[in-house]
Amino acid sequence: MDGSAQHKCAIAVERLYRFLDHDLDEADMADVKRHLDECLRCLEAFDFELSLRVVIASKCRDQVPEMVRVRIWKAIQSEAGPEERSEGMLPS
Amino acid sequence: MASQATFAAQAMEHMGSLYGAALRMTRNPADAEDLLQETYLKAYRSFATFQEGTNLKAWLYRILTNTFINSYRAKKRRPEQTDVDDVEDLYLYHRLGGMEAAAAGRSAEDEVLERFTDDEVKQAVEALPEQFRMAVLLADVEGFSYKEIAEMTDVPIGTVMSRLHRGRRALQKTLFDFGMERGLVGERE
Repeated sequence: MDGSAQHKCAIAVERLYRFLDHDLDEADMADVKRHLDECLRCLEAFDFELSLRVVIASKCRDQVPEMVRVRIWKAIQSEAGPEERSEGMLPS
Repeated sequence: MASQATFAAQAMEHMGSLYGAALRMTRNPADAEDLLQETYLKAYRSFATFQEGTNLKAWLYRILTNTFINSYRAKKRRPEQTDVDDVEDLYLYHRLGGMEAAAAGRSAEDEVLERFTDDEVKQAVEALPEQFRMAVLLADVEGFSYKEIAEMTDVPIGTVMSRLHRGRRALQKTLFDFGMERGLVGERE
């Protein structure tokens, strides 16, 4: 890899997160896209970062325990007036 | 006053994702449950100020984040680490072998990622110092923009970006260390 190619990769990597976050302006987005079209190394790396993000988001999920849902729902109901309370059903 | 029924129909469906965020923030189920309840009560009381048509989830997260910062952080017994190590870009990718690994037919990096358990990923996020953890959580788990996170955490956008980018790299190092401990990944030959 020659010096100018390395330089292009460095610029792309520096913009990696803002690119994946859609935070670059149109010209810079297009620049990075063009680089990814011609550089397999960077494309692979960007792709990995994107997969990592998907994995993190999908593995950080939690279910609210039913007892907690009910407790919070009751606390909200006790704040409400009696007419409101009668129509309030705990949504599933 | 917005009705309870409207609040129930719209706000209760976000409880699962707010609960996850509360767990990552407090790192303790009992505190997370209290934080979630306080958030929902505050949201209910001020539901009349919520503008129909704007992002309800972001509005709820703002209340959650504020409540955490104002009440739960104050309870901490000892000062927390406030910085992360500088970790280079593409840390995990390079450690897993990058292009060379793919070319040599070793297992694809993406498959290694799938082998991390939910608990390992949650622990890795929770290991980040608070400011970095909040940024990573709000951006990468919940999908909020820099601008939304800046509003929720009341810091400039530039600060959000810096915390987020450094936090993401630090998270990669923690994941790699977990992977090494469990023998999921090996040092690159």
